[in-house]
Amino acid sequence: MISEKINESTPWQDITEGNKIFQAATSREFCTGEWRTATPVWNQEKCKQCLLCTPVCPDSSIPVKDKLRTEFDYDHCKGCGICAKVCPFGAITMREGK
Amino acid sequence: MEAAYNFKEIMNKPERLAPGHRMCAGCGGTIAVRGVLRALHEGDRAVIGNATGCLEVSSFMYPYTAYEDSYIHNAFENAGATLSGVETAYRVLKKRGKLQEDYKFITFGGDGGTYDIGFQSLSGAMERGHDMVYVCYDNGAYMNTGTQRSSATPRFADTTTTPAGKVSNGKVQVRKDLAAIMAEHHIPYVGQTTFTANFKDLHTKAEKAIYTPGAAFLNILSPCPRGWGYEPSELMNICRTAVDTCYWPLYEVEDGKWSLSYEPKTKLPIEEFLRSQRRFRHLFKPENEYLIGEFQKEVDKRWEELRTRCGG
Amino acid sequence: MAVRERLSGNEAVSYAIRQINPDVMPAFPITPSTEIPQYVANYIANGEIDTEFIPVESEHSSMSAAVGASAAGARTLTATSSCGLALMWEELYVAASNRLPVVLALVNRALSGPININADHSDSMGARDSGWIQIYAESNQEAYDNFLQAYPIAEHKDVMLPVMICQDGFITSHGVENILLVEDALVKEFVGERKPEHYLLNPDETLAVGPYAVSNYYMETKRGQRQAMINARRVILEVAQRFRAMTGREYGFFESYCLEDAELAVVIIGSAAGTCKAAIDRIRNTTGKKVGLLKIRVFRPFPEEEIAAALARVKAVAILDRSEMFSATGGPLGAEVRAALYQAKSRAEAVNYLYGLGGRDITVEDFCQVYEKLEKIAAEHRITDMYEYIGLRSR
Repeated sequence: MISEKINESTPWQDITEGNKIFQAATSREFCTGEWRTATPVWNQEKCKQCLLCTPVCPDSSIPVKDKLRTEFDYDHCKGCGICAKVCPFGAITMREGK
Repeated sequence: MEAAYNFKEIMNKPERLAPGHRMCAGCGGTIAVRGVLRALHEGDRAVIGNATGCLEVSSFMYPYTAYEDSYIHNAFENAGATLSGVETAYRVLKKRGKLQEDYKFITFGGDGGTYDIGFQSLSGAMERGHDMVYVCYDNGAYMNTGTQRSSATPRFADTTTTPAGKVSNGKVQVRKDLAAIMAEHHIPYVGQTTFTANFKDLHTKAEKAIYTPGAAFLNILSPCPRGWGYEPSELMNICRTAVDTCYWPLYEVEDGKWSLSYEPKTKLPIEEFLRSQRRFRHLFKPENEYLIGEFQKEVDKRWEELRTRCGG
Repeated sequence: MAVRERLSGNEAVSYAIRQINPDVMPAFPITPSTEIPQYVANYIANGEIDTEFIPVESEHSSMSAAVGASAAGARTLTATSSCGLALMWEELYVAASNRLPVVLALVNRALSGPININADHSDSMGARDSGWIQIYAESNQEAYDNFLQAYPIAEHKDVMLPVMICQDGFITSHGVENILLVEDALVKEFVGERKPEHYLLNPDETLAVGPYAVSNYYMETKRGQRQAMINARRVILEVAQRFRAMTGREYGFFESYCLEDAELAVVIIGSAAGTCKAAIDRIRNTTGKKVGLLKIRVFRPFPEEEIAAALARVKAVAILDRSEMFSATGGPLGAEVRAALYQAKSRAEAVNYLYGLGGRDITVEDFCQVYEKLEKIAAEHRITDMYEYIGLRSR
């Protein structure tokens, strides 16, 4: 975990030289799901796995595995609702709150 | 090079922009970045560049990088020059046998960093012909500092430096056509795109841009819910109307050959694009109707010019 | 064996670049440094080196490309002068804070306006707070020797800072002098290869460079840069030691000329030191008065304690600045040397004169007058003009 090594209590000696980060995709540790005021709900029965919802997600929060979408990544989904609007089958609905 | 577009296979590729970045909910810029990076072939390495802007301050906030690939941000106005340095380093390290692996080079800038403050640096990098792609995620204003006008801002848009007021109708000037200017650099590939239902247009253009040797430029209309004033969930409708009104034509210029990627069966009136956005709200006052007419005239003129260039 | 040659300062630095054969050189022409990229481009065109030259469209882009190339793992340099350096200003800070060992061959020239192409130090002094190591030369030989020492300092793991190798525009850059060149093989061995630890093109590690860092990280980052500058003091001397072992030529933070027993001293940077030395020889030979010189070589990091110690016995010192800083109290060298003296509780009287702005000549007679003034100040303990322009016309 990068946040264990570098956080807002880290002494100056342990801040990486030139603020370089020698690791990929450390942002996963930061849960933007906290921001949500509305939450998408996936109705698997209605879903036809057309995947049209996946590229429109600004937060890479609709994981695809073996060409099938899986459950929302609620740790990161900010609840923008674009996916719900593009779903041709009404398989995503927005619910108030987190 | 151009394999058939298999949507499900493309969507199945590993994600190269990680979640946890701090872009706004519903941000178009991030969708553009995901879409472009998805066009990298699996296993191919890349170095990603970035001009200062929303994307940069949100996607690499120390110590959190959202990138699966190596990444460099330098400053606002020099994404072109910075990545040209990286690409040159690559060529020399390869030449000297210090590096075996292949890399691709893609840099992202908003319209502020691309059309305006970074214009010279971009022009220099393209003219020198570095093997790199410059991607502009064009949201039509300086969004990172709070929606000030840029040369990409459409005429009449209400921005914080061109506010619509009692004696003002928003921005006075029409937007700069950057993709055309880049095409005039006579680089091997220029594409203009946005988000369409199955992302084929963006994906195909990004893949061409990345895999065409030499300098390439990609201009992607990337709606900004806060700056444009629309419901975040409406993003895809905004893009659709931008394209179907011919406000944002999809086209490409390959080795100097211009071609339209899409021609709407019925060209929608420009109101369809303007109506849903708060930045154009003042145009819908009865006394301002003529302004919509002027907007329409400009769109029509440019669309005809483009069709002529594309041999239509 | 060393090679005897006659070269201009620009030729000498270009020759050093040829011997080092760095990876990447972005550059944009500006008088009087233009010759450096021209010579390098010629070396490349004739197959003498295989450096990649990037003919950028501005100096801002040359430093931007240098940042990219250096972060990517390449040994990188550029050259510029005056407004070119000013246009890079933002990028100088980025190169330093990203801890990139870029080397810049600076040919000092006055900043506009009015536009002027001749030597003064307003360009590099304007960049003195950017986090770059700054090393200055009196002669072509020193410009060459300093350049050879630049990468071993910059790339040292305890430093990792960019280095500016400065020489005076036209005076040394275009003046041809006798010079001793180090053999190619020795240079290669002395400078070695860059072996970056973290770099963008490392296939075994993903690297992200240039984050947005909030207040909770920014200050700690700056403290890290400061430590690198502190470490640079040691490394600069170590590299100078190695250089001496190779060439017999000695370098430190500064050169002391007749300073051991001096009662009156001048502190100066750059080519005018040679003129000052001639004045010292004349005064000592004709009057026996104890006059001396402290010629700064390393301005960043600033060798505060060492300077104060070297001036500990003088009665009066004139600090000569070749750039204005418009504080209305003197120039940057004057401010820093006086601070060093104060810190050391020195009892020396100190004045700060400005000279040579925009290439104005300074003569042996001018220096003789400076020493005469110092003599009077030392005797009377009274300074009537703290902050004077040498050679200024006035009503």
